[in-house]
Amino acid sequence: MLSVYWKEINSFFSSLIAYIVIAVFLVMTGLFMWVFAETSILDYNYATLEQLFSIAPLVFLFLIPAITMRSFAEESQRGTIEFLATKPLTDWQIVLGKYFANFSLVLFALLPTLIYYYSVYQLGSPPGNLDSGGILGSYIGLAFLAGIFVAIGLWASSISNNQIVAFILGAFLCFVFHWAFAYLSQLPVFYGSLDAFINKLGITYHYSSMSRGVLDSRDVIYFLSMIFLFLFATITTLKNRKS
Amino acid sequence: MSLSIQNLTKIYGTQNAVDDLSFDVSGGTILGFLGPNGAGKSTTMKMVSCYLKPTEGTAEVCGYDILKKPLDVRKHIGYLPEHNPLYLDMYVREYLEFVGKIHGTPNKKQRINDLIELTGLGKEQNKLIGALSKGYRQRVGLAQAIFHDPEVLILDEPTSGLDMNQLVEIRSLIAELGKEKTIILSTHIMQEVQAMCERVIIINNGKLVADDPIGLLQNRIQGEDRITITFENENNDFSNIENLNGVNSIEKIGNKVIVNASNQNDVRPDLFHLSVEKGWVIIGMQKEEISVEHVFQKLTKEVADA
Repeated sequence: MLSVYWKEINSFFSSLIAYIVIAVFLVMTGLFMWVFAETSILDYNYATLEQLFSIAPLVFLFLIPAITMRSFAEESQRGTIEFLATKPLTDWQIVLGKYFANFSLVLFALLPTLIYYYSVYQLGSPPGNLDSGGILGSYIGLAFLAGIFVAIGLWASSISNNQIVAFILGAFLCFVFHWAFAYLSQLPVFYGSLDAFINKLGITYHYSSMSRGVLDSRDVIYFLSMIFLFLFATITTLKNRKS
Repeated sequence: MSLSIQNLTKIYGTQNAVDDLSFDVSGGTILGFLGPNGAGKSTTMKMVSCYLKPTEGTAEVCGYDILKKPLDVRKHIGYLPEHNPLYLDMYVREYLEFVGKIHGTPNKKQRINDLIELTGLGKEQNKLIGALSKGYRQRVGLAQAIFHDPEVLILDEPTSGLDMNQLVEIRSLIAELGKEKTIILSTHIMQEVQAMCERVIIINNGKLVADDPIGLLQNRIQGEDRITITFENENNDFSNIENLNGVNSIEKIGNKVIVNASNQNDVRPDLFHLSVEKGWVIIGMQKEEISVEHVFQKLTKEVADA
């Protein structure tokens, strides 16, 4: 697994991909947090990182499928998947190696936002007057959310050898799981019957629950099982392509 | 037994790409695996190297079953796929290091240096794979296939698209490797088979049509001579040749006529007399040695016609 992991990490950092991902993520979240008048913390009067945690999923929505789209699509198109699949590696080793490599890149982009935390911490009146527990919970929630997005993106990449198809499908599925369930649950049809259930299927419910600073095991189980589900789907897709 | 294929079958939709194929190969043999395009050569190789799952049947590599112990099979096999897929954005050494990591080879540096020398990659070792010419990419592909010193090597058209010099070098490299390893080599080039292989298997439409040591293969169509006559003028009606005693069939290509005749008695004098009688000017006549090429053509055609 580590061999595949490092190969992927090297290929991110030896091409422009890693730098563009990190730069785009930081510039976008930075603009919303510090520059745009409507959302800027400087005009908000509260010491909080709410803006970061509401804008980050939106940036991830297109950024993560863009990172993951090549994972398997490119390998199938170039035929290198045949090379990997005939080496002494299990399917899980290949998929997990790629999963953790993509996930690491996302975490790498997230890391510098700790500077935002430090800045807001210092800007508070008095300094340090902010909900650190809530922020920690939000970071963990955001990492889990990114984890699901990466798993979705990998699966989208495994079903086609066209990277554009992988990107669009990945972005669409991320949208469905993050927002669509939350909005669908508000439809009058489901009122009083299925609304709570449908809401809980989506990521939003669990993400906002975590950002309150509460680590509920049910949320963690939701995130982990969604990740497992999509990784399992990826393996199944790869196996089916062989026969 | 290094490799044993048992009733291997692969069905795509309604088409039997490989149809109940069985054969064994013992250690230290270079086996030529021949067949026309679409005969199922690549599919067979992909199944043996655990990339495709057979519809039916199985194979054993060094005693490991491809269905039950795929990881052990992959450890004992070196596979160079058709079209030699490589990561074009990696450097030669970086790529070989990656291969070494996958195999968990101890002392990778030393092994990589040895391989670079063995495959003649010395001058190109610090380049991007994407910047290499086809011949050098083929060497990188070979280096990755033999990295872990496998007992069985499966090479799917290792010499396609190479120029004459590269061809000779890659061939001698393969012949060198074949002294210790079992090599299965698919190719379209018949001279290659005659030059390198000890045993030949020909398949057509997924079925085995011949399995012989190279020396015996030629016996299969003995009893027939192949004579090529070159005429000065190609616009004659040569169909009379077919009526000659002993001639089985003729084939006209431009001003050349290829005569397949029984070798009981030499038909060349009769051909000469007929030409004189008809006033056809002969500018060349040649009796060919029966080669693997003819056996191949004959065997694969017969099945297609049947």
